[in-house]
Amino acid sequence: MSVELIQIYVFLLAGFCGFFVITKVPALLHTPLMSATNAISAISLVGSLVLAGSSHGLAARILGFIAVTSATINVVGGFIITDRMLKMFRRAPSAGEKK
Amino acid sequence: MNPRILFTEVVYLASSVLFILGLRSLTIPDKARRGMQLAALGMLLAIVGTVVKEEIVTYEWIVGGLVLGTIIGWPLGTRVPMTAMPQRIAISHMFGAVAATLVGVAEFWSKGNGAEVGRGQMAALGFEVLFGALTVTGSFMAFGKLQEFLPSKPLTFKGQNLVSVAMFAAAIGLFGWLIYAPANPLAFFLMVGLGLLFGVSLVLPIGGADMPVVISLLNSYAGLASSATGFAIGNNVLIIAGALDGASGFILSIVMSKAMNRSFGNVLFGAFGAPPPPSEKTSTGLAVHAITPEDAAIQLGFARLVIVVPGYGMAVAQAQHTVREMAQLVEKNGGQVLYAIHPVAGRMPGHMNVLLAEADIPYDRLKEMDEINDEFKNADVALVIGANDVVNPAARSDKSSPIYGMPILNVDHARKVIVLKRSMNPGFAGIENELFYGENTEMLFGDAKSSLSKVVQELKGSAGH
Repeated sequence: MSVELIQIYVFLLAGFCGFFVITKVPALLHTPLMSATNAISAISLVGSLVLAGSSHGLAARILGFIAVTSATINVVGGFIITDRMLKMFRRAPSAGEKK
Repeated sequence: MNPRILFTEVVYLASSVLFILGLRSLTIPDKARRGMQLAALGMLLAIVGTVVKEEIVTYEWIVGGLVLGTIIGWPLGTRVPMTAMPQRIAISHMFGAVAATLVGVAEFWSKGNGAEVGRGQMAALGFEVLFGALTVTGSFMAFGKLQEFLPSKPLTFKGQNLVSVAMFAAAIGLFGWLIYAPANPLAFFLMVGLGLLFGVSLVLPIGGADMPVVISLLNSYAGLASSATGFAIGNNVLIIAGALDGASGFILSIVMSKAMNRSFGNVLFGAFGAPPPPSEKTSTGLAVHAITPEDAAIQLGFARLVIVVPGYGMAVAQAQHTVREMAQLVEKNGGQVLYAIHPVAGRMPGHMNVLLAEADIPYDRLKEMDEINDEFKNADVALVIGANDVVNPAARSDKSSPIYGMPILNVDHARKVIVLKRSMNPGFAGIENELFYGENTEMLFGDAKSSLSKVVQELKGSAGH
């Protein structure tokens, strides 16, 4: 099987998987969901790293440097802010404490 | 298989699994935090798995980028207030797209300006830079509108849709040509340029109230650009993570569009444009019933069930902490306070929930529209704070209204509706709201925060007696 075909398999299966998982996320957490997926899609950092450290010459490395910077902003900022938001979601104290 | 490559591949697989588990944890609020920490671990693994790759011959630019990105990203994570979350997310879509686009451009350029690029890879690269470029500028425009250095009203000119469509068609044409003959740097960079321009013309005509859809859509595009990067450089973890992001953004845009009863196309190309003529109700000069904070406090003090309907106005006035104080006092008097969250309340999906959670309001009091709409008839007071279009009965009855058919919160079923509003200016969409003239509606004019503070003082005072 050709590489492209496997890639399409992977893409479609991941897409389905994402679809089924994400439709179950309650509206309550839609903002954290968005910041979380944003942080996760900063995985383009992986491609940027290869570019910034490549042997393709200075221009490619500088482009890579900018790409690494941008993606790192999303990785660092994205996971921190998602955690900050999720930390705030608390349940009401249990029924025993209610008046 | 060379052990280094094996290591990288195993690590990528582990990261992919952790990402999916992390997203899955978001279905359960109590487990979400832990799950996302796992996803962050997945990201760390992916980075480690990448830097050991043999293709990497030099590290100074990598380290420089990682350090600079961390310096910029840290405050964006720790400092940005929750009210600024929509613009924060919009700008991060831009960063993600910048990375994807640059990787695509460099890949094309380093392969002899397309000479060594196969047709399959060109297709992936084309998607990558096209989605990437339009997301870069589109997100920046969305950021500008939300940050309010660009006007949040739709910016339109005659024939705008035609120009946008023509640009997009030209970009697609170039894309097709490139797949046929990849070694054409002029066409490639022209396509990138058109993508950048198209992003601007796509978002500028969209009004602030439609931002939830736009942000979701850009979220999806940023993900698809990442995924296309994975295709172009042959990396599965990129394909998977990008597909997850793409699916998420897509689902959210559907949810948002449904909540406004509009199609994607209508949101993207149907800028509200000129404000509709004022409704007949206003022209006949129906009076509104204005009340004082004292009056509001008396009603809230005796209420058994209060349903708060927050809107963007609450965020603007930073009133969420005062809302919590008010709710605690009502609860002290034996009443119950719930919150009705319309899917498009605020400027991004779920924005109100985050703001209320930040104010220490337990999340099980925050109810989705379908969950709470039948409760309004039992409510003594529906307290509308800075929300407008999501409670406009014209959506049910007035076929000529631009928001006709949009599902709304049934606040008018409550025994009493108290609307906190700055003035009688129409809402964001520029549409009159009949609710304000209703028989059981009372208007409490002024800044939401200061009005609520007065209500809170009154409630405290009465509790002391």
